[in-house]
Amino acid sequence: MRHLLSTADLSRAEAVRVLDVAEQMAATQQREIKKLPTLRGRTVVNLFFEDSTRTRISFETAAKRLSADVITFSAKGSSVSKGESLKDTALTLQAMGADAVVIRHGSSGAPLRLARSGWTSGAVLNAGDGTHEHPTQALLDAFTLRRHLVGGGPGGGPAADRVGADLAGKHVVVVGDVLHSRVARSNVHLLHVLGARTTLVAPPTLLPIGVETWPCEVSYDLDAALRGDVQGPVDAVMALRVQLERMDAAYFPSAREYSRRYGIDAARLALLPPHASLLHPGPMNRGLEITAEAADGARSRIVEQVTNGVAVRMAALYLLLAGEDA
Amino acid sequence: MTTTLVRAARPLGAEPRDLLLRDGLVAEVAPAGTLTAPDGARTVEAEGLVALPGLVDLHTHLREPGREDAETVDTGTRAAALGGFTAVHAMANTAPVADTAGVVEQVWRLGREAGWCDVRPVGAVTTGLEGQRLAELGAMADSAAGVRVFSDDGKCVFDAVLMRRALEYVKAFDGVVAQHAQEPRLTEGAQMNEGAVSGVLGLRGWPAVAEEAIIARDVLLAGHVGSRLHVCHLSTAGSVEIVRWAKARGVDVTAEVTPHHLLLTDELVRGYDPVYKVNPPLRTDDDVRALRAGVADGTIDVVATDHAPHPVEDKDCEWSAAAMGMTGLETALSVVVQALVEPGHLDWAGVARVMSQTPARIGRVASQGGSLQVGEAANLVLVDPAARWTVDPSAMATKGRNSPFAGRELPARVVATFWEGHATVLDGALATARPAEAGSTWTR
Amino acid sequence: MAGARPGDDRTAPLVHTAGPTPRSATVLDAAEVSRALTRIAHEVLERNKGPEGLVLMGIPRRGTHLARRLAERLAQVEPAFDAEACTGSLDVTLHRDDLRRNPTRTPEPTRLPATGIDDATVVLVDDVLYSGRTVRAALDALSDLGRPRAVRLAVLVDRGHRELPIRADHVGKNLPTSTAERVFVHLAETDGEDAVLIEGPTERHAEGEER
Repeated sequence: MRHLLSTADLSRAEAVRVLDVAEQMAATQQREIKKLPTLRGRTVVNLFFEDSTRTRISFETAAKRLSADVITFSAKGSSVSKGESLKDTALTLQAMGADAVVIRHGSSGAPLRLARSGWTSGAVLNAGDGTHEHPTQALLDAFTLRRHLVGGGPGGGPAADRVGADLAGKHVVVVGDVLHSRVARSNVHLLHVLGARTTLVAPPTLLPIGVETWPCEVSYDLDAALRGDVQGPVDAVMALRVQLERMDAAYFPSAREYSRRYGIDAARLALLPPHASLLHPGPMNRGLEITAEAADGARSRIVEQVTNGVAVRMAALYLLLAGEDA
Repeated sequence: MTTTLVRAARPLGAEPRDLLLRDGLVAEVAPAGTLTAPDGARTVEAEGLVALPGLVDLHTHLREPGREDAETVDTGTRAAALGGFTAVHAMANTAPVADTAGVVEQVWRLGREAGWCDVRPVGAVTTGLEGQRLAELGAMADSAAGVRVFSDDGKCVFDAVLMRRALEYVKAFDGVVAQHAQEPRLTEGAQMNEGAVSGVLGLRGWPAVAEEAIIARDVLLAGHVGSRLHVCHLSTAGSVEIVRWAKARGVDVTAEVTPHHLLLTDELVRGYDPVYKVNPPLRTDDDVRALRAGVADGTIDVVATDHAPHPVEDKDCEWSAAAMGMTGLETALSVVVQALVEPGHLDWAGVARVMSQTPARIGRVASQGGSLQVGEAANLVLVDPAARWTVDPSAMATKGRNSPFAGRELPARVVATFWEGHATVLDGALATARPAEAGSTWTR
Repeated sequence: MAGARPGDDRTAPLVHTAGPTPRSATVLDAAEVSRALTRIAHEVLERNKGPEGLVLMGIPRRGTHLARRLAERLAQVEPAFDAEACTGSLDVTLHRDDLRRNPTRTPEPTRLPATGIDDATVVLVDDVLYSGRTVRAALDALSDLGRPRAVRLAVLVDRGHRELPIRADHVGKNLPTSTAERVFVHLAETDGEDAVLIEGPTERHAEGEER
C-alpha cells in the first residue's frame, strides 16, 4: 500500500490485512517491552493543521513504538498558521526527508491532494480531512468490533480465531451528525467492504443529500433502529460527536431535543441484544449525544477504542513503510 | 488598411465562397474561385475552413485593473483573438470595481491600446458589488465605453427591490442586467454541486435550488416591470425549465451557458483538483443534457466563456482554499463543437447565432455579430472543423493555467481571426495587434 | 494499497505452488526428514543433559511445525517433557533488517510457551539456515520477550552462505549449495508432504520463498 487516504480505496483483503497486522501489533503492546525496531531510521511527520490531541498522540505513540523518528508539526504557532500554503509545508517536509506524512486537515481532500500533487514522495496517511474521511478511526472501530463480535466472543478470544475474518453479517447502527462526520463516511465504506450492514440514524438535517446512494440504510428513528426494526438485530451502536454550534445553524432546535431523540442512554442500550457493543470516536459530549451512564457502562468499548487505535495505526504505518519501495 | 482575400471558405458552414475584406468591411462575396486578389492584397487559402462571424463573448474576466498577476486586458484579449473572438465583455469585478465611468473607460481604453479585439466593459449594478446601492449606471452608459450590460457577476443582486430598480432603470438607455443567480444564504461556504458526489467527498454542497430560486424571482420581476433580463451561466436543468417557462410567458429574458457546463460534471471533483472548482459549480450528467437541449431549442440564447484566469498559487492548493473559475477563451469554440455540433444540437449557423449574433444583440454591439454579408464590418473567424488538438494550458496566451480541459483532445481549431478586416490571428497563431490610432468608425 | 505479492508465502500461503518446478531434485525424502528430526531431538536432550528447562520456539511458518514435531519426539523419549507447555512460536518479522528489500510481510502470531522463557534454555527451530539474518532477528525478538539462560539453534537444513557470525547447534542436513540454487522445505502441515528439494538456477526469476 502506497497511501492510506480513504477506506473507499480498500478492498476486503486489504482491510482484513490491516486488521490482522493490527492483531499482531496489539499482541506486542501487551509485552513489557513494547518498542519494536521495525521502522528504525524512517521518519514520520505528523502534520496537524487542526488541533486533535487524541489522534496526534495516538499516531505519535504508534510511530515511536515502531522506532520511527517522529516529527510533529502543529498548525498553531507554526508557519502554517501564518498563511504558509499546504504546498510549501509539504515541500519543506520533503526536503527534510519525510518517509511518511500523517496529515490532519480541515479541508476535505487535502491528503489526497498532497498524495497526488508530487509535493512529497512520502506515504500519505489521512488522519482526518474536513468532513470527508478518517480511515484509521474506521479501521480501529472495525478492529474493536471484530474483537468483540467474531471468534472468541465478548472480550475477544485468541487472535487466531479472528485472523482473516471480516464482519460479515454484523449490523452496526451509526447515530449522530452524519453530514459533518468523516468518521461516518469512513465507517460506511469500511463496514460495507467487510460485509457488515450499516444503519445511519440522524435527523434529516444532519444527513447529506445523496445518502441514499451509500451502501447502508437510513432511519430517522433511533429507537426503531436499535429495536432491530430497520435492518434486524443490532450488534453494535456507534454514537457520533455532535457539535453544539450546529444548533445555531438550525440543524436541530436544542440540545435537549437532540438528546431526547438521538442521544444514547441506558434505556436505549437496553433495547439491544446482550452482546451488543457501544462505540464512540471521541471526544464525547457527555449529556448531549451520550449519557455518562452509557459511556461508562458495561457495553462501552470507548476506552478500548483508544488502545486499539495505537495498534491499528502501527499496522497502517508498518504496511505503508516496512516493505520495499514501490 | 490591408485588403484580404479569403478564398473558398464556407460561410456559416454553407457552400464555399470567396470573401474580399477591404477597409474593415466585407467588400465582396462571390462563389469560390471567382474573386481575384487585388494588387497588394493578402490571400488566405481557406478551402475546407468554415467562416463564422467574429465571436462575441458576453462574459469574460480580464482582471485588469487590480489583478494583473492573473490577467491583463492585453493577455486576455490575445487569448480572445486566438479563440476566434472579436469582442469580449469585460466583467466588472476588478479592483477597483468597474462601477464608475472612470473605470469602465479605463478598461475600454486598455482594450483599444491592446488592439486584439473589441473590449466592451460591463458595469457593476451596485457600487463595489456590495448589493447596497445602485452604481451610476447612466454615467457608465453615457461614457466613452458605452456600457449596455450591467452585472455584479461573482455576486448575486440578492435584494429584490434593488434588482427591480436596476431592471427598470437601465431601460432608459437600452441596457440589460446580467444576473449572477446565486442565493447567498443557501450557498454559504459552498464548495461544489450538492448531490451524491458532494455527500461522499464531504464538501459543502451548492444546491441547484440556490440558482433556480433567484432565476425564478428575476424572471417574474422582469415580467412585472417589462424589462429585459439576462441570466448568466445557467448550470442546472431546473434553470433551463424556468427560463423556458418565462419565455413562453413572454418575459424578455435571455440566458447563457458556459462551455464547461456543457461538457463537464461534478464527477471530476472526486480527485479534489481545484482546476474543477468553479462558480456556478459543475453539475450532473442530467444537467449537462438539459443545458445542451436548452441551447438546441433556443431556451438558452448564448454560450459565454466566463473565462476566469487565476494565478497558479490560487489553484495549486487544497480544494477549499482554491479560487473558483476556469479559463475558457481559447477552448470555447472547440468545446462547443464537441458538446453541441458533433452530437447534432447545432449546425454552424447555430454556432454563429449562440456565439456571435445573439451575444452581440444582447450586448448592443452594433458592429459585431453579423452574417458575413457585403457591407458588414469584416469581423470573422476561420475555423478548421476537421482539426483535432490537445489542450496545453502552458501554450496559451492567457496568463491563467487553470484550464479544465488540459490534456484533452478537442475538435476544431481557429485558423484566423479578423477584427474589422485586421488579421489578429493567422495560421492559428497571433498575427499583429491593430494599431490603436486605427480605430474605425465602428467603435465608439 | 499494494497487497501481498504472489510468491511471498508469508503473506499469501496459496501461492507456494509457484515454488519448485519438476526440474528440482529431492535432497531429503519424508523418511529422511523424519530421521533427521529424531536425531536432532536426541542431540537436544543430550546437549541439555535431559529435558529440564527446555523450551522450543519455532520460527513461523515451517519452523513452528518443526518445533512441534521435535517437542513430540522429546516427549516420546522423556515422558516428563510437556510438549504442549514447552513449545511456542516466535515471529521475527517486526525485527527483520531486510524488510525494505522484500514485499511487505504480514507478521505471524508469537506464542510464548506456558512456562515462559526466562531462565529457560530456548531452542530456536527453523527450516533452513542461510544468511543468518532470520536468526539474528529471532535473537533480538527473543530478548524483548525475556531473558533465557541459553539460546540454541536447530535447523532442518544448513545451506551455508552465512552473512553473520551465526551457526546452528543442531543440523538435520548440511547442504552445500550455490547462491543461484534454491532450497525448498516442504512439510505435511503446509505442503502436503515432507521433503527437502533443491533447484538449479533458472532463467525466470522464480517466485516463492527461497531460502
